[in-house]
Amino acid sequence: MLAELAAPGQVVPAEPFPNGISRYAIGGLLVGLGAVVIYLGTGIAAGASTFLESTLSYVSDQSRFQQYLASRDWRVVFTLGIVLGAAVYAVFWQGGAWTTDVQPWRLLLGGVLVGIGTRIGKGCTSGHGVCGVGSASKTSIVGVITFLTVAIVTAQLVQALGVSP
Amino acid sequence: MSRNRHPLFVPLILVGGLIFGFGLAYSHMARPEVVLDFLQFDDFGLLFVMFGAAVVSGIAFAAMPRVRDRAPLTGDVYGRRLKSFDRNVLIGGAIFGVGWGLSGICPGAAYASLGIGNVTILWAIAGMFAGAYLQGVWRSQRTAAETAPAGAD
Repeated sequence: MLAELAAPGQVVPAEPFPNGISRYAIGGLLVGLGAVVIYLGTGIAAGASTFLESTLSYVSDQSRFQQYLASRDWRVVFTLGIVLGAAVYAVFWQGGAWTTDVQPWRLLLGGVLVGIGTRIGKGCTSGHGVCGVGSASKTSIVGVITFLTVAIVTAQLVQALGVSP
Repeated sequence: MSRNRHPLFVPLILVGGLIFGFGLAYSHMARPEVVLDFLQFDDFGLLFVMFGAAVVSGIAFAAMPRVRDRAPLTGDVYGRRLKSFDRNVLIGGAIFGVGWGLSGICPGAAYASLGIGNVTILWAIAGMFAGAYLQGVWRSQRTAAETAPAGAD
């Protein structure tokens, strides 16, 4: 009877945290801290996906991108900081470069959808997920629930279709 | 936003980005495989990244407006990140969800992924720019059509 309760259709893995939780918790605190440093100094709640459109304003005259003229320079700096911060980790902790085995077509097609969806949906994992949820914004909470649920269904479906990695 | 920028404005943005990107790399969220493992229920650790970060920012968003009125480097009023809700939040969120579930990558993690040496992620970054451009063209045209003299549509 206990065994039945403990095996609800393999939804919960035998070990929910096979890699422990410290790397995730510490990393998450640092991600939050990075956002907080910017917020304390500037009052800006920064998200990562706006960079896509603000940077396009350098090369495109589309009216949609013109609203980001004032912020596009610092958003480039923010993104460069993200790249460099991750590079510091790679050099001193990771021991060199790491590359993904996920197939390029998944990255490209997924990337296109991420680019469309985050901009239409008013935010991504950092804008809605970190700053929006941190602001107790109902819009952001609904946004996170939406993209998280759809992402789970999509990833499980792709796995079920035998696509790997 | 007032834009007589304090000389420390850009350095502070850089420092914030450095910590943010280091955290994404440290948490392994910069690796698409780790995100896919989470979405496929093989490792729930990523919950700690997202909610850990949200808790930290939540404390600042709740506390700072009570501590002082304006941010020192911009003079901007401390506020929360509140966006209006409409259909786009659901439509965009769903499109983003399909892309995130297919690729295991989101914008901030993609930039960090490049930082950890994952040059393959340039496929995803190129895709994100293409997607952002497509929706930008589409919405620019729609806005132009809506503001054009009535009767055309």
